[in-house]
Amino acid sequence: MDYLTLLQILDSTLRLATPLLLACLAGLFSERGGIFDIGLEGKMLAAAFFSAATAAVTGSVWLGLLAGITASMVLSGLHGLASITFRGNQLISGVAINFLAAGITVLVGQSWFKLGGRTPPLMGGGRFEEITLPFADALRDLPLIGPFYAEVISGHTILVYVALLCVPLSWYVLFRTRFGLRLRAVGENPAAVDTAGVSVIGLRFAAVAICGLLCGMAGAYLATGLGAGFVKDMSAGRGFIALAALIFAKWRPWYALYATLLFGFLQAVALRPDVLETMLQFKIQVQLLDALPYILTVVILAGFVGKAIPPRAGGEPYVKER
Amino acid sequence: MQVIPRWADIVLIPAINLFLAFFISGLVILAIGEDPFEALKLMVDGALGSTYGWGFTLYYATNFIFTGLAVAVAFHAALFNIGGEGQAALGGLGVALMCLFIPWPHWTIALIAASFGAAAFGALWATIPAYLQAKRGSHVVITTIMFNFIAAALLNYVLVNLLRPAGTMDPASAKFPDAASLPTLSDMLNAIGIPFAARTPANITLIIALIACVAVYYLIWRTKLGYQLRAFGKSEPAARYAGISSVKIIMIAMAISGGLAGLMAINNVMGEAERLILNSVEGAGFIGIAVALMGRSHPFGVLLAAILFGFLYQGGAELALWTSIPRDLVVVIQALVILFTGALDGMVRAPVERIFLMMRKGA
Repeated sequence: MDYLTLLQILDSTLRLATPLLLACLAGLFSERGGIFDIGLEGKMLAAAFFSAATAAVTGSVWLGLLAGITASMVLSGLHGLASITFRGNQLISGVAINFLAAGITVLVGQSWFKLGGRTPPLMGGGRFEEITLPFADALRDLPLIGPFYAEVISGHTILVYVALLCVPLSWYVLFRTRFGLRLRAVGENPAAVDTAGVSVIGLRFAAVAICGLLCGMAGAYLATGLGAGFVKDMSAGRGFIALAALIFAKWRPWYALYATLLFGFLQAVALRPDVLETMLQFKIQVQLLDALPYILTVVILAGFVGKAIPPRAGGEPYVKER
Repeated sequence: MQVIPRWADIVLIPAINLFLAFFISGLVILAIGEDPFEALKLMVDGALGSTYGWGFTLYYATNFIFTGLAVAVAFHAALFNIGGEGQAALGGLGVALMCLFIPWPHWTIALIAASFGAAAFGALWATIPAYLQAKRGSHVVITTIMFNFIAAALLNYVLVNLLRPAGTMDPASAKFPDAASLPTLSDMLNAIGIPFAARTPANITLIIALIACVAVYYLIWRTKLGYQLRAFGKSEPAARYAGISSVKIIMIAMAISGGLAGLMAINNVMGEAERLILNSVEGAGFIGIAVALMGRSHPFGVLLAAILFGFLYQGGAELALWTSIPRDLVVVIQALVILFTGALDGMVRAPVERIFLMMRKGA
């Protein structure tokens, strides 16, 4: 494999890792706050549809992003209502949200655009433009680093860079601010937070809202950055891979970046079976590549690679003592 | 203290939950510019208005009974098996292997063998996540989701590379031999003089599904194992203190659950398609979650809920045929049922309890 092919694969690794990273950080905030969320998939899907639909109608990708985030946050609010206010089962609520998004997007899409659940293809201002970072062309001729900078680092849409910036930002918010300390405490021991006079419900809703915001960006990126419009079920299990990455990362922001880059890399390699074959000298089944992220997750979860311990109060509704 | 009477718990609250789910579904239909009452009428006519409609409704219901029972058994042990989709897919593989490679003399023997194959493959696919939860502490919800994806990839591989007959492009197995063909519901009913539309997929598996309901009832409430299962589900530390092995219960509960989900394959693979195709489960594994929640994990409740979803499925297909409402409406209804009967149960329960308390004080 030559250097340019490697760069191409790394380039698509970054593209494919971005929605995973955003969704993974979304889950990170939610689960650190004690709310399990297997509805990441549904929120991404809803955001993808509403961002693509809005961008297609208005021609503005920024309005699309806003609509996507709104849709995702509405579903987050529903999840919060069910699991925080009414103390319902968080897993069941997440499952419901996944199905709700899967059904509603097609139903509304068919009603609005009559394209069998698709949105019209997005063009021009309806998509995020690729940004060429400064000096990308000037530095291209430098050996090794130049092409790496020009091909891999530069030339992505704004959401890719936003996602990458979200990693240190999440780390800072969670581990260096008072809000972050309280958020983590509410996921470990909500009674202690309550005793200190801080609202458990308020903090958990804040966690769920941040989750909705990040999932919204992930979904909008799928439809307006990675793709050009919405197609049925376009999230294709990414929410679950993000969940897997979250466990792999042991609920830590920097590890989340590495985990999602790894899963992104697997997806990128799966798109280039030709490269893999010449490298390994034998034919790899595409199906095995498809299943690899999931198999890897199961192996990691089984603790063969170290133990992942979730936030202690995760999944349990908080009931104030009377 | 039981605040509300038993009838309110098992009839009133589920009824209110369901009403809310269907009310919002109606609003959704209204929002996309169709008439919900017209839609309901079309669905009832299409799914229940003729024996032809019933033939499909009962066929779908048979699938949902199996997957619903699967989720329900796991629920009793406080395990959430989201892997019914993958387990049913593997069950299909078990059926296909049994039917394709052994020349059975008669369909009765083929049915027994295929049921065994379906249940064994489904159970196997569920015991791996169960083992990982029991021994390695990885959460069964996440692993079963992962196993759904792995099952899809595995089936894809098996169909494309191993079972596909030479010379065809379609990722599907060869057709099963005629000796493995199951009698349909219309064959059976016509034989005893009841006219029933031919060319409908409902088949003898329906009877097996009903037997499964009774068997699950007996297992959960009339056997020692069922007691252990429920005790474990109510409180794991208490069950362990009583000498119940958590590893054993998790493994057995998930194996039974997976076996039930796998059994669905004798309906859709052996009874209807008569060959193994890609994505033969078509989401029935997930509908099992809604069915089990609505049926309160009781076999009789599961039966009623499965028939309701069978109606929705067939009615939804009719709607897609006659109106511009896509079949995905059923997915929305399914989501709302899961939401209201599962996650938002407390929203309805609290005010109902308050009303009953007020009435008791007033009396």
